[in-house]
Amino acid sequence: MKRLKNFLFLLAAAPVVAFASGASVHLDKAPVNLADQDSLQRGARMFVNYCLNCHSAGSMRYSRLQDLGLTEDQIKENLLFAGEKPGETMTVGMTKADGKAWFGATPPDLSVIARSRGADWLYTYLRGFYRDDTRATGWNNTVFDKVGMPHVMWNLQGEMVPRYKKEGEHEVIDRLELAKPGSVTLAEYDAMVGDLVNYLVWMGEPAQVQRKQLGVIVLIFLAVFFVVAYYLKKEFWKDIH
Amino acid sequence: MSQEAEGQKVDTSKRKFLIAATSAVGGVAAVGVAVPLVMSMLPSARAKAAGAPVEVDISKIEPGMMLTVEWRGKPVWVVNRTKEMLAQLGKHDDKLADAMSEMPQQPDYCKNATRSIKPEYLVAVGICTHLGCSPSEKLKLGGDSGMGGDWPGGFFCPCHGSTFDLAARVYKGVPAPTNLVIPPHQYLSDVRLLIGVDAKGA
Amino acid sequence: MSALQKVMGWVDDRFPLTATYKAHLSEYYAPKNFNFWYFFGSLALLVLVIQIVTGIFLTMNYKPDAELAFTSVEYIMRDVDWGWLIRYMHSTGASMFFVVVYLHMFRGLMYGSYRKPRELIWIFGVLIYLALMAEAFLGYLLPWGQMSYWGAQVIVNLFAAVPFIGEDLSIWIRGDYVISDATLNRFFAFHVIALPLVLIALVAVHLVALHEVGSNNPDGVEIKKHKDANGIPLDGIPFHPYYTVKDIVGVIVFLMVFSAIVFFAPEMGGYFLEANNFVPADSLKTPAHIAPLWYFTPFYAILRAVPPMFGSQFPGVVAMGLSIVVLFFLPWLDRSKVKSIRYRGPIYKIMLALFLVSFIGLGYLGLLPSTPVATIFAQVFSVIYFLFFLLMPWYTSIDKTKPEPERVTG
Repeated sequence: MKRLKNFLFLLAAAPVVAFASGASVHLDKAPVNLADQDSLQRGARMFVNYCLNCHSAGSMRYSRLQDLGLTEDQIKENLLFAGEKPGETMTVGMTKADGKAWFGATPPDLSVIARSRGADWLYTYLRGFYRDDTRATGWNNTVFDKVGMPHVMWNLQGEMVPRYKKEGEHEVIDRLELAKPGSVTLAEYDAMVGDLVNYLVWMGEPAQVQRKQLGVIVLIFLAVFFVVAYYLKKEFWKDIH
Repeated sequence: MSQEAEGQKVDTSKRKFLIAATSAVGGVAAVGVAVPLVMSMLPSARAKAAGAPVEVDISKIEPGMMLTVEWRGKPVWVVNRTKEMLAQLGKHDDKLADAMSEMPQQPDYCKNATRSIKPEYLVAVGICTHLGCSPSEKLKLGGDSGMGGDWPGGFFCPCHGSTFDLAARVYKGVPAPTNLVIPPHQYLSDVRLLIGVDAKGA
Repeated sequence: MSALQKVMGWVDDRFPLTATYKAHLSEYYAPKNFNFWYFFGSLALLVLVIQIVTGIFLTMNYKPDAELAFTSVEYIMRDVDWGWLIRYMHSTGASMFFVVVYLHMFRGLMYGSYRKPRELIWIFGVLIYLALMAEAFLGYLLPWGQMSYWGAQVIVNLFAAVPFIGEDLSIWIRGDYVISDATLNRFFAFHVIALPLVLIALVAVHLVALHEVGSNNPDGVEIKKHKDANGIPLDGIPFHPYYTVKDIVGVIVFLMVFSAIVFFAPEMGGYFLEANNFVPADSLKTPAHIAPLWYFTPFYAILRAVPPMFGSQFPGVVAMGLSIVVLFFLPWLDRSKVKSIRYRGPIYKIMLALFLVSFIGLGYLGLLPSTPVATIFAQVFSVIYFLFFLLMPWYTSIDKTKPEPERVTG
């Protein structure tokens, strides 16, 4: 019995082991709401304007944006700039080799970026650029140290500089402060990034809204099926004593 | 054996009803599973995008010449027929299998003597209605096409020798059973042709 | 004679259709006291069917090519009508297969279903489990994400630990010096045709062996000992209709769980589909933390618990292999007078509980990055895992058992 007790203790201690091994940066909660089509449409426009110059979304077809309540004509007029057809996928002209030469690494395809990085990481990352003159691009990032990507939305957000604090031996970034204002306020910038991340989450799996709607119907159907099958079983098992 | 204990009658009609009900709901479930599987075999978004309507500038096609464009992976001919060619069309109806285009091989708006919207421009899918080869163009009249002196211009299928006239109508006595298909198409302007979709409201 | 009877008669003269139906369904007598744990056999069969059917439809659009594989999966998820549903059913089905099979195996442990005369059923079952692990491992490479790639890299490198021939062996398995297009293509071949054939054949013999000796039950007593005048076991009931109608209820409950995952949590918090597997495979960049999928982690933890000896990883690989091989010997390790846990003594119950805790504990530790503390836990759990089997002849023979009843207890 004592051995059993020891093991129960060990088991109870196990989560502590797990926690100790996973140190991570604090991430802000992204305001993801896939029911907000206006936000998704704004996010799509942000994506096309700011991301799609260097990053592709090779699995995403422009025409799929119709799921966001846009018409084909709206897509053509507002989101297609280089004579693409609505049925085409979101590719970029830049080759992989060019990307590697310019940024040190090929800018990754963003089709499923929200599924690999998570919405909160993206939301924090896109708001986490700060001035760092030691970097070739002049920018660094709070959640992606020494990132190769420059701050493409700096004219919106403005220039942020880090404020440090002591944490034991090390100096760590406590928070970012606005040094030179951009064209929008920080709150407006947060909302814009929120829209963009919302869109990225949607783009990670365009079928997800439909998936959840269908799931409700399937579960209701199975519940009905269960009742019928349960009474069938009960009726037959009356025979068994 | 313990079933059907004495003094307890089995309610057969209740059982039959429950079996029928379970089978019915189970049948719905089976169909519900089968539908997505079957639907997944339809053309995907990529195939549909590749099969999207094709826009063609027809101003470059000289009279008496043709242009071949790809639509849904198939050759589509656009022939600029001269007055002389058009004049030939009505003269050999007796040799044709379906001179009046009774078979539904064209949209209604092309069920006419020239099988076209604009008389001079023939738009046809260049796939033989016999076994799917692509016929060769023999546009020139008479012996110039190597088709005999009275050849009024048209197409010749190299696979099994089917012949079609300049309105893509099939001749009698050849393997191909029907006229060539006229795809849905419309004119966006005098020189811009859109293949693959009917004019709105048409 | 009705038309149907005529047709059946015609067929029966040429093929034992009615006889087979009777032998395996309407006149297969199963103990009447099956409980909750007896749903998982038929559920495993259901999941096998789901995997085969969805797998066939995935194959129609998947490209086993290192350049195309990753995007072809996203193509299925977006461009193919209903492709997302088929893919999620397949990915959820893989994990649910192991959930169901683990519960099915634990049922066998609790009620002594591996004991005489059911040794072969158990052995076929362990073979199914092995084939299933191979099938799952091979299939996991196919999405060609970072976890697919590096998971395969690690597992294939285990073979490199085999003395003398290891290096050549792992190159032969990969068909290249690293996991590559050649590896993907051969894994695809094994995943979609070779192993499914093996699995189906093994499931067939598993069932034939079961129907030859008859099912065990929660009391662990043989219902064939007491038969009526017609030779029908007194405690047996025809599988059809009684267990078919019961299993339908079980199937629906299972499908509710299955659908809840497919439609609302297909990633299952990263346990069924891992975030890093949405990054295309990159042979130059290893993800910060690689763990196998949850159903392999108990064995992965045993592998890591064994320290390298003589400068070789081989002892760990051997330990991992033995942890499965030992299952084959279970029918002969158990010396108890009774089969079911209901009549076993306290020692077996404690050992089984410890075994369960260690197995789950190992599974949990296998998900974590290796730390010195975690390794000690893993070593303790591994030792318990093996002692459960190795000491079984001893503790089952000294354990105080209760007498088994003559007939099943309902």
